[in-house]
Amino acid sequence: MTPVHAIIAKELRAYFVSPVVYVVGAVFLLIFGVLSYLAVVNAGTQAIRLMQIQGAAAQLNLNDLVFRPTFYSLAIVLLLVLPILTMRLFAEERKLHTFELLMTSPIGVNEIVVGKFLGAYVIYLGLLALTGLVPFVLSVYSSFDWNPVFTGYLGLALLGALFLATGVLASALTENQIVAAFLSFGVLIVVWLLGALGSILGDTPLGNTLSYLSFIEHYDRLVRGLVDTKDLVYYLCGLVLMLFLAHRVVESQRWK
Amino acid sequence: MIEVQNVTKRFGIFTAIERVTFTVDKGEVLAFLGPNGAGKTTTMRILTCFIPATEGIARVAGFDCFQQPMEVKRRIGYLPETLPLYQELTVTEYLTFVGRIKGLSAPELRTSLDRVVERLALGDVRDRLIANLSRGYQQRVGLAQALLHDPPVLILDEPTVGLDPKQIIEIRELIKSLAGSHTVILSTHILPEATASCQRVVIINNGRIVAVDSPERLSARLRQSEKISVTVKAPPSDLADRFRALPGVMTVFESSEPGSFLLECKLGRDLRDDVARFVVGNGWGLLELKTVSMTLEDVFLRLTQHEEGVEDAGGAPGAGQDVQTTEHPRA
Ligand SMILES: Nc1ncnc2c1ncn2[C@@H]1O[C@H](COP(=O)(O)OP(=O)(O)O)[C@@H](O)[C@H]1O
Ligand SMILES: [Mg+2]
Repeated sequence: MTPVHAIIAKELRAYFVSPVVYVVGAVFLLIFGVLSYLAVVNAGTQAIRLMQIQGAAAQLNLNDLVFRPTFYSLAIVLLLVLPILTMRLFAEERKLHTFELLMTSPIGVNEIVVGKFLGAYVIYLGLLALTGLVPFVLSVYSSFDWNPVFTGYLGLALLGALFLATGVLASALTENQIVAAFLSFGVLIVVWLLGALGSILGDTPLGNTLSYLSFIEHYDRLVRGLVDTKDLVYYLCGLVLMLFLAHRVVESQRWK
Repeated sequence: MIEVQNVTKRFGIFTAIERVTFTVDKGEVLAFLGPNGAGKTTTMRILTCFIPATEGIARVAGFDCFQQPMEVKRRIGYLPETLPLYQELTVTEYLTFVGRIKGLSAPELRTSLDRVVERLALGDVRDRLIANLSRGYQQRVGLAQALLHDPPVLILDEPTVGLDPKQIIEIRELIKSLAGSHTVILSTHILPEATASCQRVVIINNGRIVAVDSPERLSARLRQSEKISVTVKAPPSDLADRFRALPGVMTVFESSEPGSFLLECKLGRDLRDDVARFVVGNGWGLLELKTVSMTLEDVFLRLTQHEEGVEDAGGAPGAGQDVQTTEHPRA
């Protein structure tokens, strides 16, 4: 077992003994359930209306009517929920004075940062896997194109990784957990709004740059079933940048 | 085994330790003795690579703390001043985690865990949550953590703070049993602690080393020297150094009360006259000058007294007179 594994195992253990994860998990799954239920109900009423107009059973596109709106709303939910998952990562080590133990053990700061990120990411992937129940049940009663569903999940996995890495950076910056959570909300919302500003500015160089910088346009393409290397590179770079900054911050705290 | 040369650490403009120099031989137990705020923790943090020194060189087992921190960390077991415990883990889980980040393999970890659990008598609480353990047990878990990977060097920051007398004796016995096979530095602000379990004492005061010797020789030396207490109205910042430079002065202890110094002078020489002329001649204002007769204990009491007085005023009247049993509340 490498030190990174040891950190991951410790973080998972800490998550499972803390009520925060159960609350966050329950809220996330509940919201996902409600969102997809509403989307399905909405699809049902549309089907009835279409039947009245056309007089025959209409072929509904579940991808457009159920999955896409659910994936979009879920991005907002992640933005609110994931900072709660990461806020304790470094703040708690400082509170318990275990930071000194980690920093005087023969492991690198990069191993600590990556281990903590992966610990939170495993929890998140677990929650995502549980939501897989919804498309599975729907596939039993109807048929739809699995492709955009898979790419949508890929989008969620990438978006979540970026959000969690931002949260790791925020928790390295402050000893206060609440401040860490709000810091990551703040950063993520600003980056999101950059994208909105970009689309207002339209097809200008500045507009395109802003849209590229925001995570939402890249997510949007994945949800629509388009896998483009450009988007994958964006998420990978964002993830590495956030973890690198977190590494620098943790390292620099020893110099104060 | 441990080499510290002219190490200075500044936090902004504040100098926490200044040109600290000492060495520790293999198998030796060395006490770092000084009042709170003297710079003991800072020195230990530099040796464990937790913080870098501003100037100077620190080496452990031949490796530089700044350039080869991994090699140094591998060889050190460290008990920080505040116990680094994960309250939500059990003792076994905690020690397993520590063993893994110290780089022990699974079989090594199993034998090491059994060894420290036995050595520190943690068998009964192995599967209890750390949060539910008494202070004494938590301290032992902290020590188990430092001993787990069987490092050749142990750095223990105030290892007996907050323990009752019986537990203190147990920890002292443990430290004595480590002597010879391990190189140990422990810090303390309690004099008997230093004399009980250590072969050599470094007295540190206001960030500077004022004396290094065996406990016996230190007290003998202090018994056989003249001591002068001086209080100066407007002391320049380097007055301690200037006193030290006077012929016949051996050691200068700086009290935490500003302007108050204790000079240790060679036996048979009365320096009062010289000191008075030195202070008055420089126009610093001489408020008090007298010879005193003191043991090592008295000297140390005097160094810490001012601070204890502050704590007394802070709501614990009568406490802190007897250094042996005084425990400083942690900030
Ligand atoms: N991170 C820090 N920033 C500023 N000052 C500090 C810091 N750490 C310690 N100090 C100061 O350095 C001095 C020495 O502290 P320390 O080494 O903890 O003393 P000791 O362990 O002997 O009680 C104290 O005056 C303390 O206030
Ligand atoms: Mg200290």
